[in-house]
Amino acid sequence: MNSTIKDRVFDVVSVRESFPILSKKVNGKTLVYLDSGATAQKPQTVIDAVDNYYRNQNANIHRGVHTLSQDVTVAYENARATIQNYLNAKYPHEIIFTSGTTESINLVASSLGKKFVQAGDEIIISAMEHHSNILPWQVVCEEKGAVLKVIPISEKGEILLEEYKKLLSSKTKMVAITHISNTLGTINPVKQIVELAHEKGIPVLIDGAQAVPHQKVDVQGLDADFYCFSGHKLFGPTGVGILYGKEKWLNELPPYKVGGGTIKTVTFEKTVYADLPLKFEAGTPHIAGGIGLAAAIDYVNSIGLENIKEYEKELLHYATEKLSAISGLKIIGNAKEKASVISFVIEGLHPLDIGTILDKLGIAVRTGHHCTQPLMEFYCIPGTVRASFAFYNTKEEIDLLIAGIEKAVKMLK
Amino acid sequence: MTIEETEKEITEEFELFGDEWEGKYEHLIDLGRSLPMIDVTYKTDDKLIKGCQSKVWLHSEMKDGKVIFTADSDAIITKGIVALMIRVLSNHTPDEIINAQLGFIDKVGLKEHLSPTRANGLVSMIKQMKMDSLAYKTKNI
Ligand SMILES: Cc1ncc(COP(=O)(O)O)c(C=O)c1O
Repeated sequence: MNSTIKDRVFDVVSVRESFPILSKKVNGKTLVYLDSGATAQKPQTVIDAVDNYYRNQNANIHRGVHTLSQDVTVAYENARATIQNYLNAKYPHEIIFTSGTTESINLVASSLGKKFVQAGDEIIISAMEHHSNILPWQVVCEEKGAVLKVIPISEKGEILLEEYKKLLSSKTKMVAITHISNTLGTINPVKQIVELAHEKGIPVLIDGAQAVPHQKVDVQGLDADFYCFSGHKLFGPTGVGILYGKEKWLNELPPYKVGGGTIKTVTFEKTVYADLPLKFEAGTPHIAGGIGLAAAIDYVNSIGLENIKEYEKELLHYATEKLSAISGLKIIGNAKEKASVISFVIEGLHPLDIGTILDKLGIAVRTGHHCTQPLMEFYCIPGTVRASFAFYNTKEEIDLLIAGIEKAVKMLK
Repeated sequence: MTIEETEKEITEEFELFGDEWEGKYEHLIDLGRSLPMIDVTYKTDDKLIKGCQSKVWLHSEMKDGKVIFTADSDAIITKGIVALMIRVLSNHTPDEIINAQLGFIDKVGLKEHLSPTRANGLVSMIKQMKMDSLAYKTKNI
């Protein structure tokens, strides 16, 4: 056995056994899933939690006096507490269930826009944002006559902090920035970004969609005002996501959606809204999703984020080295601080062609602009091939990726 | 040759490879390489077919009652698919093109490229070819 120490501390074989889909055949080949950045696979415990909810727990929450309803309300609120702990939020009511990162950002943009943004104000984002962290702010700017400012990045794919400092002004109403770039893998210095904004009294929203599956996030440590992520990228169900907001901000913002569950009293003349978090959770939520997400977090915690980080770092290092050795291959995104996401292009070849051949070999990667079109323009490329790794991936799979790319190059050139 | 006859010819050509994807794709890539170059003056944004991850430029013109297609793509597999579509549909009357069933796509094992997530735009390409033909047809009446 030549497994490294890390392999032994971190038993990837047994980890893989907890994910049923990983033993599936695709196009006659064992699946090599390198697209966890798009959505992560689900461990059996998550599948069981969702299954168990529908089999044994199903009832509406916060509504009934009957036992099932009360029990599932407890389970749902326990899930909220699990997420609170995962992010180290101060209070459980700072955790709002949404349908995903996209909805979380829309909620903040819309509610903040309604109350705080006026003509001439500015909102700052970065050049590496996902469309989900561009469009909601663009809409607010259009509606209010405000201006969207964009922090430029270096060729390596790092935020230019000096330029960021110059953009901050008394007109700035919000800084919205991704924690980890889904295209470049760059880990942004969000703590510093928050500090600089707070010096001027500006709130910061962090898009954590790509961060929470890979590293410990401490919203109090970061002093983030808002933090968003999606359950499905964290090994949980699709259709559920989280908005963390500081209590004081969530109290300030008006509701985003309204309807059942968000109120204290309704008359046709006047409605008194419920306290947090229900103020932002109109309608029946994705109960199974919330419970499944908590199961996913329990699973991640059982492996340990520190172990995950270490292991993925090794995968990233290995993949970077192997990929760089392929002639004509260029890695897009070479930040010093990087998560296990690698985008690349190969001279003379279209990413779509490479992705098509890899798919035939059972290797799932993503190709295209990854919902970051402005970033593609910055690099003057039509798109990239992106391999994104989770802790269930192995070096053997990276070897298969490399062999697949070599085959694709041979066929396509 | 009628559209059906060309479809049959292509199906037989691909049958040589059996279930083996590699040969099929190599053939597709070769077809892409041999697609005649489109006149650069037609490689403009207004000729781009929307909804493709790769770029596909499609130009059509009417000659002696038949629609002639020329096209190009920046991705080689897509270009191979484009070449097949042109071989089947180009140089036919608008009615023939509009009514073409195109069952060969399934038979040669390229059906997966018809799925909406494929993003190579085969569906959009077919739609555009039929729309162009419809436009020529209505203009002539
Ligand atoms: C950085 C980033 N932000 C936002 C999103 C949107 O997430 P969702 O589609 O789950 O709302 C993604 C998903 O790709 C992402 O990678």
